[in-house]
Amino acid sequence: MRIGVVTFPGTLDDRDALRAVRIAGAEPVALWHGEDDLLDVEAIVLPGGFSYGDYLRAGAISRFAPVMGKVVDAAKGGMPVLGICNGFQVLCETHLLPGAMIKNAHRSFLCRDQPLTVENTRTAWTTDYEQGQVIRVPLKNQDGQYVADERTLAELEAEGRVVFRYAAGATHGPAGFEANPNGSRHDIAGITNAEGNVVGLMPHPEHAVEAGFGPDEPGAGTRTGTDGLGLFSSVLRSLVA
Amino acid sequence: MPRVVVHVMPKPEILDPQGKAVAAALPRLGFEGISSVRQGKRFELEVDGEVTDEVLASLREAATTLLSNPVIEDVVALEVEDLQAAPEAQA
Repeated sequence: MRIGVVTFPGTLDDRDALRAVRIAGAEPVALWHGEDDLLDVEAIVLPGGFSYGDYLRAGAISRFAPVMGKVVDAAKGGMPVLGICNGFQVLCETHLLPGAMIKNAHRSFLCRDQPLTVENTRTAWTTDYEQGQVIRVPLKNQDGQYVADERTLAELEAEGRVVFRYAAGATHGPAGFEANPNGSRHDIAGITNAEGNVVGLMPHPEHAVEAGFGPDEPGAGTRTGTDGLGLFSSVLRSLVA
Repeated sequence: MPRVVVHVMPKPEILDPQGKAVAAALPRLGFEGISSVRQGKRFELEVDGEVTDEVLASLREAATTLLSNPVIEDVVALEVEDLQAAPEAQA
């Protein structure tokens, strides 16, 4: 099972995403922004970082990278695609997902372990979670505030396309941002397309896949959290099925 | 060489965190009486040759597809400046 991870100039989290794919039991395949070749992968991860320095808008230039034409075609053909943080921004700029990300409402970069409620377990990336399960994964961004017009938000809610919602329980953050870390509309942390194969989220599941290197799990000890692994094991299961 | 200037602003209904930061800093420096700030972008596009209607239409498309994200931003103005024809304007 080959799962590709795209590296753009300025991508930071490609190696952790490749490692998450490996730990989940798939073969990680590095994809390069400048090659319009998906190397026979069966799923794709657009990882976090600051592709093209976030120039113009986060994700705005990456959208035109040679590899993205193939990614868009594959996504429209049903291939599972996951966008994490900057990857989510790229998916919005590409219009594979609706809405956009603007600067955090408190205007600061925020890094913390973030509780999320899993609200849709039918996507290609979330079948290994329980409906309503609260998971904890790292969050780190400055442009993380999800916005969309009221019609789009109503559509996302009506169709159950909000996949992850910010939940209370983080250890720190600016006053007024205890649960929702950035002012995102409807506390949205992640969404999916109508077909459920494309998922984007701002927090970082790829940093919570191996005990000893993950977030602090209350009651279990420091760095023990592996809640992010479920996204990668889910896609493996959906590819085998 | 003519220049086309594109102005992009965050949509009125979108919160502008950068503008709010600037608005909060102004009174700290003693600039009083400014009730709100919104921060946008200005692009200066130097054009080879004449700015025909077709060129302008294509630049307008560039402005609404790449230079701005229509989900969160509006192209509020697209102005043609002829740098040679109006030297007196270059103060």
